[in-house]
Amino acid sequence: MTTDVFEPGIRAGRLAAGTYEAEFSDLHPPLDSHEALVAADRCYFCHDAPCMTACPTDIDIPLFIRQIATGTPDAAAKTILSQNILGGMCARVCPTETLCEEVCVREVAEGKPVLIGQLQRYATDHLQAQGKHPFVRAARTEKTVAIVGAGPAGLSCAHRLAMLGHDVVVLDARPKPGGLNEYGIATYKTTDGFAQAEVDWLMQIGGIVIRHGVALGRDVTLEGLQKDFDAVFLGMGLGGVNALDAPGADKQGVVDAVDFIADLRQADDLAQVPIGRDVVVIGGGMTAVDAAVQAKLLGALNVTLAYRRGRDRMNASRFEQDLAASQGVRIVTHVVPVAVHGNGAVREIEFEYVDDAMKGTGQMLRLPADQVFRAIGQTLEGDGLPALDGRKIRVDAAGRTSVSGVWAGGDCTGGGEDLTVTAVAQGRDAAMDIHKALVG
Amino acid sequence: MADLTSNFIGIKSPNPFWLASAPPTDKEYNVRRAYEAGWGGVVWKTLGMEGPPVVNVNGPRYGAIWGADRRLLGLNNIELITDRPLEVNLREMKAVKRDYPDRALIASIMVPCEEEAWRAILPHVEDTGADGIELNFGCPHGMAERGMGSAVGQVPEYIEMVTRWCKQYTRMPVIVKLTPNITNVIYPAAAAKRGGADAVSLINTINSITSVDLDAFSPEPMIDGKGTHGGYCGPAVKPIALNMVAEIARHADTRGIPISGIGGITTWRDAAEFMTLGAGNVQVCTAAMTYGFKIVQEMISGLSDYMDSKGMTSVDEVVGRAVPNVTDWNQLNLNYVAKAKIDQDLCISCGRCFAACEDTSHQAIAMSEDRTFTVIEEECVACNLCVNVCPVEDCITLEAMTPGQTDPRTGLVVDGDYANWTTHPNNPSATAAE
Repeated sequence: MTTDVFEPGIRAGRLAAGTYEAEFSDLHPPLDSHEALVAADRCYFCHDAPCMTACPTDIDIPLFIRQIATGTPDAAAKTILSQNILGGMCARVCPTETLCEEVCVREVAEGKPVLIGQLQRYATDHLQAQGKHPFVRAARTEKTVAIVGAGPAGLSCAHRLAMLGHDVVVLDARPKPGGLNEYGIATYKTTDGFAQAEVDWLMQIGGIVIRHGVALGRDVTLEGLQKDFDAVFLGMGLGGVNALDAPGADKQGVVDAVDFIADLRQADDLAQVPIGRDVVVIGGGMTAVDAAVQAKLLGALNVTLAYRRGRDRMNASRFEQDLAASQGVRIVTHVVPVAVHGNGAVREIEFEYVDDAMKGTGQMLRLPADQVFRAIGQTLEGDGLPALDGRKIRVDAAGRTSVSGVWAGGDCTGGGEDLTVTAVAQGRDAAMDIHKALVG
Repeated sequence: MADLTSNFIGIKSPNPFWLASAPPTDKEYNVRRAYEAGWGGVVWKTLGMEGPPVVNVNGPRYGAIWGADRRLLGLNNIELITDRPLEVNLREMKAVKRDYPDRALIASIMVPCEEEAWRAILPHVEDTGADGIELNFGCPHGMAERGMGSAVGQVPEYIEMVTRWCKQYTRMPVIVKLTPNITNVIYPAAAAKRGGADAVSLINTINSITSVDLDAFSPEPMIDGKGTHGGYCGPAVKPIALNMVAEIARHADTRGIPISGIGGITTWRDAAEFMTLGAGNVQVCTAAMTYGFKIVQEMISGLSDYMDSKGMTSVDEVVGRAVPNVTDWNQLNLNYVAKAKIDQDLCISCGRCFAACEDTSHQAIAMSEDRTFTVIEEECVACNLCVNVCPVEDCITLEAMTPGQTDPRTGLVVDGDYANWTTHPNNPSATAAE
């Protein structure tokens, strides 16, 4: 431990040089081939398997695991990718503990599920490491589709449409493709530039062009896209961040967790990323956990995750909560921020304890804080969008919006659980419906 | 702790666990260490006649199949008999036997099928102090091409002839090791008995090709692009060996001849099973080659605990206990009716029973929306497949119906009396029930 960890304020280089790489290494190191065989052998090849039902992309999990067990991981990868073209990323970031692995009969029976996520990574890595792309593009249909957002929903939709022979143009406001895969996920979940490598691999299908720096509403309009293309798919995610409603919330050092996560992902040198000594993260979802854990990994001395309800109500899975706790993050529940104190820059944040009905108790908590991360939800931004359902775009089961010829999927629509894997499923399903609409 | 002392055809050993004649018993260094580890006896690697010894291949000698986590399930080998000079083996055997007088030392022998060859070697072996000899009529590879090993073991007349010579030219007990590469093990076993053998040992290894290299298109193990059949052994062969041991133990022509049981014995339980089917002792090879000599400690403690739990004080009480219950199919009670039963508390809802029964059997398991699996007694024939494919022990069991109950499948009342096929009305050659 360097003495820098005790220095107050927001500083870079709290850890000894050379230790960052280990701190941010793969959360689950990849299985080697023998480990994969042993893990695969634990699969019972269930009839009408519960894991398949639990997978938002309906991957035939028993089949791909059997393909691994019989020494054909590339065939396993094709089984996965035919349902979920971002199966490599989903293998890394899916909360499998609340999806396939939660319902694995071995989890139910013995508390130790088959390592479905890690096996999926083994198979997809095996294929992608060879640069192989197992799908072939159909003959060109001359139909064109515009996709807004190069995140999981947009990429999934784009690949499926391109595979079916359509010409796809993907528009993205950011300089790199991938959406949250590139900007919004903790570094230790997707190491070694995997998000970009996966997009490069996906693009091998051909027929997809990505234009960066193009934002809907700023550079193009929905009407314009409808005029220029045969169909439009909206998959732009959530651009806005909910504000912190407390006096002093505008003080220096109070920032959005999503920006911190994005900056961290884009940093060439983690030692140059500044972090507070006393960090408080407000929120209870995956973003909050990703920010809190990474603050700790960067060398913050005290990291507190403050959530307004009980742990059982947190959107972050129990696994994620335990991960945070194991990294030394303190989880404080039943608190709402009431004031941010400090002279220009934040020095302390004050909370009130609340009961289960969110009613104030009058009991207060003050935490030292030189950095506060807001992770209290994101919002859809933009005008001229199709009809909303609440604060998100309303879609039917096929992804159709209120506007004819316009489909949508991913976080900008309601219904999903804001997971990469549901975005992939929605993009894929919308693509199939677009295809049907275009070619009849 | 139960007394595991063994007296097999007059050969005494502190326990019934011997190492079989095989690579582990090819030299003094190994055999001394085996005795130190606790093995009750050793059958020395097969001796050949005087003169230049055989040569082995210089490539792989073993092939294998594996289960999960690379657990060795079956091994095959193409190693020949000892490739060391006869005099070296004899000298070492003598030294070992001198230092371990309480352990059994058996010499395995394979020489050409000529009286003179057997007459010549036996005095040399006797001179080592060995407790007995085992005639290797089982080796299925290499030596068989030269008219020895299983080439002899497949011709009952030769077995009888050679056994007779050995009984004539030595006072040592003679064990005849049988090959399983035959149509009916009773014929060679009966021949050994007629020739005066003191015991038979079985099984030797089974002709096999473990796998094929799908790039080189060659059997494994592959030597410079080609492979040959080898002798299969290890846990995978145990069921075949158990049956052959049981057949010899119960057949009129062979009943009573002492048996040394061999074939895939890996744990004390395997050993106990062989003994209950009539083996007076057991021989082990592949398990030792897989895990080392120390496994005998588990065999000793396991058999001892088992005997204690059964109130048995001598290994002889184990031997043959299951033989009376080995019978022919036509003696099985056709009035016995059972039904599968699924313990819902143990069921993990994997649905394997359903897939197996629905796709390949009698459509006797129902699956509900919430993945509850239940037996349809109107269809269940109690075939046991669901029990066998269920990954949870004791989750599915076969429960016998009580006489007087009506079998929902047949609509017939379960009869408490015994009745077998020989008297069944559907049997064209049924004898009238008395």
